[in-house]
Amino acid sequence: MTTTAERRPTTTIFRRPRSTTGFWSWITTADHKKIGIMYGYAAFIFFLVGGIEALLLRIQLSAADSTFLTAAEYNAAFTMHGTTMVFLFVMPISAAFINYLLPLMIGARDVAFPRMNALSWWIFLFGGIFLYSVLIFSDPAAPAGVEGVPGNLDPADNTILGGMPDGGWFGYQPNAGPFYSPGTAMDFWALGVQFLGLASLISSVNFIVTIFNMRALGMRLLRMPVFVWMSLVVALLLLFSLPIIAIALFMVTFDRQFGSLFFVAEAGGDPILWQHLFWLFGHPEVYILILPAMGIVSEVLPVFSRKPLFGYAAVVIAGAAIAFMGFGVWAHHMFSSGISPVAQAAFALSTMTIAVPTGVKIFNWMGTMWGGRLRFTTSMLFAIGFVAMFVIGGLSGVTHAVVPSDWQQTDTYYIVAHFHYVLFGGAVFGIFSGLYYWFPKITGRLLSERLGKINFWTLFAGFNLTFAPMHWLGLQGMVRRTAYYPPEAGFDFWNLVATVGAFIIAAGVLVFMYNWWRSKKHGEPSGIDPWDARTVEWTIPNPTPEYNFGVSPTITSLDDFWHKKYSSDSEGRPVRRPEAEETLEDLMETGINPPHPIHLPAPSYYPILFAAGIPLVGWGIIFHTSLVGKLLILVGVLVVASAAFGWSMEPLEEPHEEHDEDHSDQPSGSGYSSYGSDA
Amino acid sequence: MEAAAAMDHHDQHESTGIDHRKLGMWVFLSSEFLFFGALITNYLLYQGQPGFARPYPAEIYDIPFTSFSSFALLMSSLTMVLAHNALARRDQHATRTWLLATAMLGSVFLGGQVFEFTEFISVSGMKLTTNPAASAFYLLTGFHGFHVLLGVLMLLTLYGISRRQGELSEASGLNLELVGLYWHFVDIIWIVIFTVVYLLASAPVGVG
Repeated sequence: MTTTAERRPTTTIFRRPRSTTGFWSWITTADHKKIGIMYGYAAFIFFLVGGIEALLLRIQLSAADSTFLTAAEYNAAFTMHGTTMVFLFVMPISAAFINYLLPLMIGARDVAFPRMNALSWWIFLFGGIFLYSVLIFSDPAAPAGVEGVPGNLDPADNTILGGMPDGGWFGYQPNAGPFYSPGTAMDFWALGVQFLGLASLISSVNFIVTIFNMRALGMRLLRMPVFVWMSLVVALLLLFSLPIIAIALFMVTFDRQFGSLFFVAEAGGDPILWQHLFWLFGHPEVYILILPAMGIVSEVLPVFSRKPLFGYAAVVIAGAAIAFMGFGVWAHHMFSSGISPVAQAAFALSTMTIAVPTGVKIFNWMGTMWGGRLRFTTSMLFAIGFVAMFVIGGLSGVTHAVVPSDWQQTDTYYIVAHFHYVLFGGAVFGIFSGLYYWFPKITGRLLSERLGKINFWTLFAGFNLTFAPMHWLGLQGMVRRTAYYPPEAGFDFWNLVATVGAFIIAAGVLVFMYNWWRSKKHGEPSGIDPWDARTVEWTIPNPTPEYNFGVSPTITSLDDFWHKKYSSDSEGRPVRRPEAEETLEDLMETGINPPHPIHLPAPSYYPILFAAGIPLVGWGIIFHTSLVGKLLILVGVLVVASAAFGWSMEPLEEPHEEHDEDHSDQPSGSGYSSYGSDA
Repeated sequence: MEAAAAMDHHDQHESTGIDHRKLGMWVFLSSEFLFFGALITNYLLYQGQPGFARPYPAEIYDIPFTSFSSFALLMSSLTMVLAHNALARRDQHATRTWLLATAMLGSVFLGGQVFEFTEFISVSGMKLTTNPAASAFYLLTGFHGFHVLLGVLMLLTLYGISRRQGELSEASGLNLELVGLYWHFVDIIWIVIFTVVYLLASAPVGVG
C-alpha cells in the first residue's frame, strides 16, 4: 500500500497507541507473536482450572458413595471440565501455536489480518471470562424459566459450584433446555460457547488467507511444513463446522430466552435434532483438537530422528482425508439414540473407514523414526508418547464403530478412557512436545531437559494410571456422568488407582510450570538453531525479532533449512556442508540487523474495544427481561459499532513519511515490505 | 515464481494474486453457506410435521406480497453491479446513485419483512412460540433479514464516505467490491429461501 497516495479521513475515536513495551503494548498489539503468547498463557490458566475440576471429580469417585461433592456439584464439575478443556484449553493453545508459528513457518511477517487476529484473541478471552462469570451472576436457586415448572434443584445443592452449567459439554436437549435446566447457568454455557466459536471463526478465515496468500517466495503448497498443512485443515474444519454449532446454540438460546420450541418435545420439537447438529460440529471438532498436535509431532519426529518425514505427501493427504471424512461420521455418537438401522450401518462403515488415513499417519511416523539416529529429548519423548497413546485411543475408538459393541459401551467409562487416550495421551502430549520444542523461539533459552524428563515420566505414568483402569471399569459397567457408585459394585480399587494417577498428573504439570518459570530466566541460551532443525522458523534469531525475518526467505525445497546445512553422500546419509556454520552466522547477522527498513502493523485499541462489547450483549440477553439487561444490550451494541467505526477509519500501518519515496527502488525479496490488507 | 520476483514488493505477499480481503470475504461467505444451510434444514425438518399448534407458516404465506419484496431484493443485485460498473468507469456520480439505490431496495425488502412479521404475529397469530415450524421460520428469515440490515449499513457507510471524500479512492473501490460480494451472497440465499421455504412450502396433509 502506498501511504502517500491516499490520505484517509482523520476521524478517530482514540489516538493511535504508541507503546511497544509494557502493559499497553500487550493490550493494543497486532503482533502475531504477542497474541500467540497471550493465547498460550490464557489457555494454560484455563488448563489449570479444568484440571482442578477434574481433581474434584476424581476425589468424589475415589470411593463408593462418597459425599465429597453433591450430585449437582458433580454435574457442574464434569460439564465445566469438558467445556473448559475443549474450548478454553486445547483449542486456544492450538491457536497459540498456529498464531506464533504459522507466519514464521511460511516466511511471513504476520498474518493476513493482524488486527482481526487481535480481535479473535480478545473475543476468546472475554468469551472465557463470560462463561466463568456464571459463578457471579447465576443464581443456583433460581426458579424455573417456564411458568408452572418447579425448580428442580434440591435446596441443599444451592452452592456456588453447583450453580455452574450442568448439562454436559454436549448440552443434550431437552435436559439443557428451559424446562429441565431452569436458572441461567446453561444460558451462560450456550452464549459463552457461541462467543468462543465466533473467535475461532474469525481466526480460521485469517489463517486460511494467510496460508494461501502470504507464503514466501518458492514456498509452494507442497513445500509447506506439515504443521502449516494441519493448520490449514483445522481452519477449514472450523470454517465449515462452526456455523452449524452457532445455529444450534442460537436455537438453545432462543428456546431458553424467548420461548421458541425447537427442542421442546411436548410441543413437537425434536431433541434428536440437537444431537445431529451438535455432533455434526462435534465430530469435526475432535479433529480440530487433534490435528494441530499431529502437525507438531510431524515436525518434531523428523528433527530428532535426523531423517525427513517418511511419506510427506501421504501425511498431508491423510490429514486432508481425515478432515473430509470427519464430516461424515457424526452419528456414531448417536448409535443408542434410536436412529435407523440404515443410518447405523452407514455411520459404522464411515467410522471404520476414517481409521485408515489415521493409520497411514501412524505408519508414517514410525517410518520416520525407523533407522533414524534418534535423540531422546523431552520433546521427542512426548512425541513418541503421543504416537503410542494415540494408537491405544485410536484402537478403542474403532471398537465404537461396531454398533452392538457400542451399545454396550455407550455412557460407560470405556468411552471416557477412549477419548482421554486420544485427547490427553494424544493432543496434550503433542502440545507438550511442541512447548519443549519451540520454547527457545519465545525466550531464546532451552527448557531444562533434566526437569523435562521428570515432567514427561510423571505425566506418562500418571496418565496411564488414571485412564487405563477406566477401560476395565467401563467394561464392568460403571456408568459416566454419575456422582455415586454402590460399594457392592466392586469399582472401588480401580477408581482409587485412577484418582492417585490424577494427582500424579497434577504433580507432572507442576514440574512443567516450575521448569517454564525457571528456564525463562535461567535456562541455557539456545542460539539460533538448537535442535539442528529442518524448517524456516529456525533461520531467525531466538527469541524471534519483532519483524520476524530480517530478509524475507526464499524457499527452494521441502525442509529448506536442512538442505542449506546438509548434502547427502552416495548412500543417502546426511553430510554437513562445510559452509553450514557460515550460513548460520549470516542468518544471525541479517536476522539481527535487517538491511532494509520494515513496516509492521501498528498497534490498535479497537480490537479489544470491539471484543469488550460482546460479553455486554451476552449478559444483556441473559437478563433481557430487566431494564439493566436491555441497557447492557444497547451499550454492548454501541461499543461494538463505535469500535467498528474507529477501526474502519484507522489505516493498518502508520504512515512512514521518510520511507515512502524509495518504495519503488526496493528489489523484490528484500527486507522492505508492508501489508496489502486493511483488516 | 520468477515472474513474481519481477513484480514489486506489494505483490510479494499475495501468493494467489488475489487481495487478502477479497480472498477473506470468499472464505467467510463459504462458511455462511453452512450457516444458512443449517437454518434451512431446520425449517424443512419441521414444516411438514403433523400435530403442531396451528397455524403452520405454509398456511399463512402471502406469496404475491413476498414476491414483490423478493423482486426488490433481486433488483438490488442489479443496482449493485451497476454501482461497481460505474466505479470501473470512474463515474463517481453514478456510483453514488447506484449505491444509494441498492441500499434503498434493500430497505424496501427489510420494510416488507417487518410488515410480514407484524401481519403473521398480530393477524394470523403465528408467533415464535406457536410451534417449532414457526420458530424455525422466524429464526431463518430473521437471520437473513439481519444480514440484509448489515449490508444496508455497509452500503450507506460507503455512500457516506464517497460523499465526504468527493470520490471513492482505490481502497474504497475494493471495499465496494467486498460489500458487493456480500450483497450478492445475501441475495442468492434469499433466492433459495424464497423458493424452498415459500414457493415449495408444504403443510402436513389435512392442514391448510
